[in-house]
Amino acid sequence: MIAELGIAELGIAELGHFALILAMFVAAAQVILPLVGAARNYEPWMAFGRPAAVAQFLLLAFAFGSLTYSFVVSDFSLAVVYQNSHTDKPLLYKITGVWANHEGSMLLWILILSMFGAAVAFFGANLPPTLRARVLGIQSLIAIGFYLFIIFTSNPFDRIVPPPANGAGMNPLLQDMGLALHPPMLYLGYVGFSIAFSFAIAALLEGRVDAAWGRWVRPWTLAAWAFLTGGIALGSWWAYYELGWGGWWFWDPVENASFMPWLAGTALLHSATMVEKRDTMKGWTIFLAIVTFSLSLLGTFLVRSGVLTSVHAFATDPARGVFILILLIVVTGGSLVLFAMRGPAMRNTGVFQPVSREGALLVNNLIMTTAAAAVLLGTLYPLFLDALDGGKVSVGPPYFNTVFIPLMLPMIAAMAVGPMLGWKRADLGAAMKRLWLAFILTIVTAIAVWAVASDGPVLAMVGMAMAVWLGVSILVELTERIRLFREPFASSLNRLVRTPRASWGMTLGHLGLAIAVAGMAGAGGWKQEAIQTMAPGDSVEVGGYTFTFEGATEGRGPNYYLTQGAFAVTREGEPVVTLYPENRRYPVRSMPTTEAAIHTMFTGDLYAVIGDPEGTDGAYVTRIYWNPLVVWMWAGSVIMAAAAGVSLSDRRFRVGVPRRRKAPAPAAAVKA
Amino acid sequence: MIARRFLIGAMLAWTFATATAFAVEPDEMLDDPVLEERAREISAGLRCLVCQNQSIDDSNAQLAKDLRVLVRERLVEGDSDEQVLDYVVSRYGDFVLLKPPMKPSTYLLWFGPILIVALGILALIAIFRQRGAAMIAVESLAPAALSDDEKNRLAALLDETDTIDKTGGSA
Repeated sequence: MIAELGIAELGIAELGHFALILAMFVAAAQVILPLVGAARNYEPWMAFGRPAAVAQFLLLAFAFGSLTYSFVVSDFSLAVVYQNSHTDKPLLYKITGVWANHEGSMLLWILILSMFGAAVAFFGANLPPTLRARVLGIQSLIAIGFYLFIIFTSNPFDRIVPPPANGAGMNPLLQDMGLALHPPMLYLGYVGFSIAFSFAIAALLEGRVDAAWGRWVRPWTLAAWAFLTGGIALGSWWAYYELGWGGWWFWDPVENASFMPWLAGTALLHSATMVEKRDTMKGWTIFLAIVTFSLSLLGTFLVRSGVLTSVHAFATDPARGVFILILLIVVTGGSLVLFAMRGPAMRNTGVFQPVSREGALLVNNLIMTTAAAAVLLGTLYPLFLDALDGGKVSVGPPYFNTVFIPLMLPMIAAMAVGPMLGWKRADLGAAMKRLWLAFILTIVTAIAVWAVASDGPVLAMVGMAMAVWLGVSILVELTERIRLFREPFASSLNRLVRTPRASWGMTLGHLGLAIAVAGMAGAGGWKQEAIQTMAPGDSVEVGGYTFTFEGATEGRGPNYYLTQGAFAVTREGEPVVTLYPENRRYPVRSMPTTEAAIHTMFTGDLYAVIGDPEGTDGAYVTRIYWNPLVVWMWAGSVIMAAAAGVSLSDRRFRVGVPRRRKAPAPAAAVKA
Repeated sequence: MIARRFLIGAMLAWTFATATAFAVEPDEMLDDPVLEERAREISAGLRCLVCQNQSIDDSNAQLAKDLRVLVRERLVEGDSDEQVLDYVVSRYGDFVLLKPPMKPSTYLLWFGPILIVALGILALIAIFRQRGAAMIAVESLAPAALSDDEKNRLAALLDETDTIDKTGGSA
């Protein structure tokens, strides 16, 4: 019986392996036939792209499913299952364990890549056939690099003979819902930019970009951007509650790896609007699409190659790192060469004055790309300097804050004005006049913050004021757009309802950023902390709240031992909440984790952590934090991601794409 | 090997090898809150040498603890912030500073972003000029206000056509 079971499991992993290899051959055919077909305008070969993309996705889904099955039944004859799982692990984390390791996460990466390819095949019925064929061919070309990488350096289906009795377990820090969902979200973002990239390369091959191209690139970029925003926010949230000191952004190279494509992707999102609406900045938009996806690949390289641990560790175990590095050079270098050859031929018909919506969008592009470049410089500098024997330096948060914040302040200042400007030519003075209310409220906020928290950092005050400046300006723009107070209310309401969803997307997205900025200013500037040893009955006051330690108890969880503390929190004598932070120890990995107890309120988070016992009278080391407005940051991020979703549901994306550009868009859409 | 591969490949995760809490312990802290505040600020700028990208203020590694204690000892002895940093750098090198010092090998790091912004602004001006000029060209095709000179020429031309029309009409 057991032997039979063993054979059955053996079979499923091998079938998965086979499906993976088969998918690579389908991918190879999907590169050659559609691309050659498009070059020779041979319809049947071009048509091969669509069924092939779907077949590739189904084969990879099967391969991924078989790996998941191996994790669920704890088939330790698979090396990757042995190294990352354990029979004691809850089922949920056995499943998320599939991608909580190198091999499995690369399989997830390519599964998502093929999913986007299949989505183009599925939704792309009315794309011009040559464009569709080329997009699918390029998409598959990227995939081939990753198939080779997985099969030759990171095969999740490698066996161990003889199979061990039990697994080595999973890093306890990874046994967490936030972190379990973080990689799929992040990959949906990273890999989603591959579509923009494939469209960019296809456009270079076609030698032509029209408004229909812009209409296609924008929604895919929006979707990828929304997932990446969500993924970054989720990772930051995880760090906040799991690492136990209330920090939420560390400028860690691994964080930067996901932040760089986000910055470039944000620029792409805005420049694609210009291609779609004004038939201008085409070459630049193609360039941004190439850069954004290249930064996604660079992020993968940084995280996957081990180069971050040390340049020398990378050099001593180079197989994986060198492979991704070559892939990165081929993809980026190849596409930039193609761009250099074909890019200048892109004809732009849209003209504009500096003070115009186009001008504002270009200011956005300037700042976002500079920010991405600065983060890139800071992240890679230590690696290059070390590789060139220039000595070892560390580039940490002080550098990034020094460079990044001065870029973002003018960015936010300009964000308030940009949406007020019309396309082609605008009156800056008139736009500024309409912002009088925002200006007054900004000054009032700055003064109020100064009065309440004069001992806090100036930057927190500036951040708060900028958040108000941006938030109010968005509301002003909205009320003007619907002519509130100028026309009868019913008429304004009618305008509000008829506002295109893409406009709503912009309004909500910018509002989300304003809220997030307020959260960052608050949590970054006015955080309060108390570290001490507390015996039962002791209390400490943090952020106006009194935390009384009521003692701690020992206990057991499913696969760990725990210490649980209890803190009664009161404010001016009134009870608020009782917090139960935990300290967990996982025997399989002999590694402790802290489970901070967090009580989230509109004005801030109460955050308590319990540490090691001190002495014998039941005293413990405790850490208490008051993190003002921190939830605004996640709320703002969620609003930004949701705003992209609202924009995606805009009628012009749902109804489909006209093959040729028709008459100029109606006035309402132009305003968006 | 497995542990190392795990660490490297473990995920897109963040700092986690030494991520569990308990960086600054109560017994390390100084009684003088002003001095302790300075110690915290200095610690936040010093790298934990055995961790991946963590400051000694955030790390629970033994070496980080030793450094935190060292920083506090120097402060208690009356060192200025500068002197403490200089002392730590003299022992561990520039690598320990999370904010790299300004020197020839880091000029590109510090001035790079300014250079990029400058180039970006130049590019932006070039685009604005080109598109602005193109816009003027496009708009000059459309009826625009005419200069006096043009008006005179137009009037003259119209007179000519009038004459032609009249002559043509009479013929």
